[in-house]
Amino acid sequence: MSPAALKVDYKPAGFVRDTLRIARKDLIIEFRTRSAFFSAAVFAVLSVVIFRFTWDTASLTTGDLAPGVLWVIFTFSGLLGLNRSFGIELADRGLDALLASPVSREAVFAGKALANFVFVCAVQLLTMPAIALFYNLPAGEYWFAVLGVVVMAAIGLVSVGTLFAAMTSNTRMSELLLPMLALPFFVPIVIPAAQASTSLMAGRPIDEVIGWCKLLAAFDIVFVAACTAAFPFTLEE
Amino acid sequence: MTSASASPTIQNSERSSEMPGGIDWLLVLALVAFAAVTVRSLVYTPIEVRQGIAQKIFYVHVPAAVISLYVSCIPSAIASVMYLWLKDERLDRIAESLAEVGLVFLTMVLTSGPFWGKTTWGTWWQWDARLTTTLFLWFVLVGYLVMRGAIEEAEARARLSAVLGTMIGLLVPFIHLTVYLFPTIHPAPVILAPQKPQMSSEMLITLLSSFGAFVVLYAALLRRRYRWATARDLQQQLENQRA
Amino acid sequence: MSVPAHESNFPSRVAASDGGAGAFEVRSDGASRVLEAVGLVRSFSGRKAVNGVSLQLGAGKCLALFGPNGAGKTTLLRMLGGQLRPTEGHVELLGHRLPGDAATRHLVGLISHHTMLYAALTAHENVVFAAECQGVRDAGAASTKALERLRVSDRADTAVRLLSRGLQQRVSIARALVHRPQLLLLDEPYTGLDEVGASALTDALRELLADGATLVLVTHHLGEGLALGTQAAIMLDGRLVRSDAAPNGGFDSSAYSNLYRSLVTREVA
Repeated sequence: MSPAALKVDYKPAGFVRDTLRIARKDLIIEFRTRSAFFSAAVFAVLSVVIFRFTWDTASLTTGDLAPGVLWVIFTFSGLLGLNRSFGIELADRGLDALLASPVSREAVFAGKALANFVFVCAVQLLTMPAIALFYNLPAGEYWFAVLGVVVMAAIGLVSVGTLFAAMTSNTRMSELLLPMLALPFFVPIVIPAAQASTSLMAGRPIDEVIGWCKLLAAFDIVFVAACTAAFPFTLEE
Repeated sequence: MTSASASPTIQNSERSSEMPGGIDWLLVLALVAFAAVTVRSLVYTPIEVRQGIAQKIFYVHVPAAVISLYVSCIPSAIASVMYLWLKDERLDRIAESLAEVGLVFLTMVLTSGPFWGKTTWGTWWQWDARLTTTLFLWFVLVGYLVMRGAIEEAEARARLSAVLGTMIGLLVPFIHLTVYLFPTIHPAPVILAPQKPQMSSEMLITLLSSFGAFVVLYAALLRRRYRWATARDLQQQLENQRA
Repeated sequence: MSVPAHESNFPSRVAASDGGAGAFEVRSDGASRVLEAVGLVRSFSGRKAVNGVSLQLGAGKCLALFGPNGAGKTTLLRMLGGQLRPTEGHVELLGHRLPGDAATRHLVGLISHHTMLYAALTAHENVVFAAECQGVRDAGAASTKALERLRVSDRADTAVRLLSRGLQQRVSIARALVHRPQLLLLDEPYTGLDEVGASALTDALRELLADGATLVLVTHHLGEGLALGTQAAIMLDGRLVRSDAAPNGGFDSSAYSNLYRSLVTREVA
């Protein structure tokens, strides 16, 4: 029998659907195992409380403290999520099957980064109300602007973090290496983001933080492109 | 059945041309030059009026900073990109050597700087653009070398290091730009400023001699490090064949 | 290389291809060439894991590849599947050079002793995911069918982590077969399978072969490999030291077993 008769209908799904499918798969797994998200959530709430008590509120108001706490939590809870991103692929070599399939490498990267992005944003959506609550910050439209800054920062964080997670997950000291390599790369994200959110939380108008936002956007554009391009090199061939 | 026809990928011409047990003349020259410049800067160069004797750290600090950033780290990033393109293992060894020797010089910068800063500005540290960039560059280089140490297989190590090296190359301008927006009290460039240099000719000669000595020292260390990397890789390949 | 006495049991042995270096080729007779590998070499830091392997396989053929641990079988298999780039030589699948583009990757299926599954997802979800990645049109139905063939339908909605090793392996096989690959590469697929699982696997593979697929099967179970194989080869130290086409009645397991043992122990000694 000729080989051609063998095949079922083959309809390639395309980049977007591949990306969404992979992201969905990662998120379902995370939802069912709940390991990283719970750790991140607990870490977030604990940090909010502990920071409050380590600072002398006579010299520093909670309004001054809040942005710092927000971004510390952002960085470290992000790392918690990134760690497990490739762990699930390596446990039973699911990544081998994925790479052997028609799905493009760019889609694998984008799918995982998207799942990490949702994770990071989910943690922040928990953290921000917690901060508002415990630090008695007023509600207001500025929170939407802060959320916008969080989203932009999250894009940069997950791009670099997903790439580095891919690089380090197969090495000996992966749990130490990932934070060690990634944190210096998070600095150009966190500085503009913290500066912008400090201004916003102090009630400054959005116009004043546009400069920082532009810097964040520049970082995002450069590193999303660079990390997507570099990702195939982290896979053995 | 052993694979008798296999040969290591390192050619004979690359193996060290030094005589075994021979003296590394370049390194000797470098150390002599370094000693000479030290003597000159401490004894024969006038003491700067405003900053006092601590200003002499300048003769170590500035050349080390220029060399580590422009001669080491940028070429290391370029070598990384080129490795990804050409896959030549020599490029990986070059990148590795540049990074490690660059780290040594960066450490000199970061240890000499605070002493100078304490006497001049009154503080050990400032979070201005230059210092922060230097500090983070130091961290990423340490991370680069730690990652190299964590990967045993040579091809994977070279490939992942090259990716990291490229990312580091992209990172540095961003750190600099980010921190630049903060007010800085780092001394403005003295030599490369458009106006006339504000140093006396004596100091200028000392500085330039110091540059020269540091360049020779850097070259000597780099060459030794590269040869050591070549020997290490060769030994690894020979061991793999015997296995 | 001197020839063992009982080689007369294997009439279609193919002669050495490079006059004396002892490398054997696997050659397909007749049917259209599906898989072709020429002079494959792969080294890791100077060590040659695969040191000059060539083979050709047609549709409906199964190559059973035997050899001791460290012989290079897994590395060879990864090159044949396009997962690893050869240091020298090339692989072509239906005329396409590997590693290939998306459409070429669709032709390949992988089975190994790693399940390549996601432990938190159910059997059905895993196979549907694989099917969708492969561009199979009705992924749900294809998954159900694949799980039926491997006789694990009743556990389709159980999370993989809750299944026994043998059942996980069967789900993994369903994952690999759901898109009806043209070339199936199997690295110790019988690991962990019980009687039911092993016979389900053999049946599924026979069905694929009858439909014209090409198989390369690496296994330590000589019996199972020879039962399916239309060709058998032995790999040692990165080279094929022996290659035989199946005689008309099929391979004689015990004779081949003796042959294998003599070759392997002689080389090691």
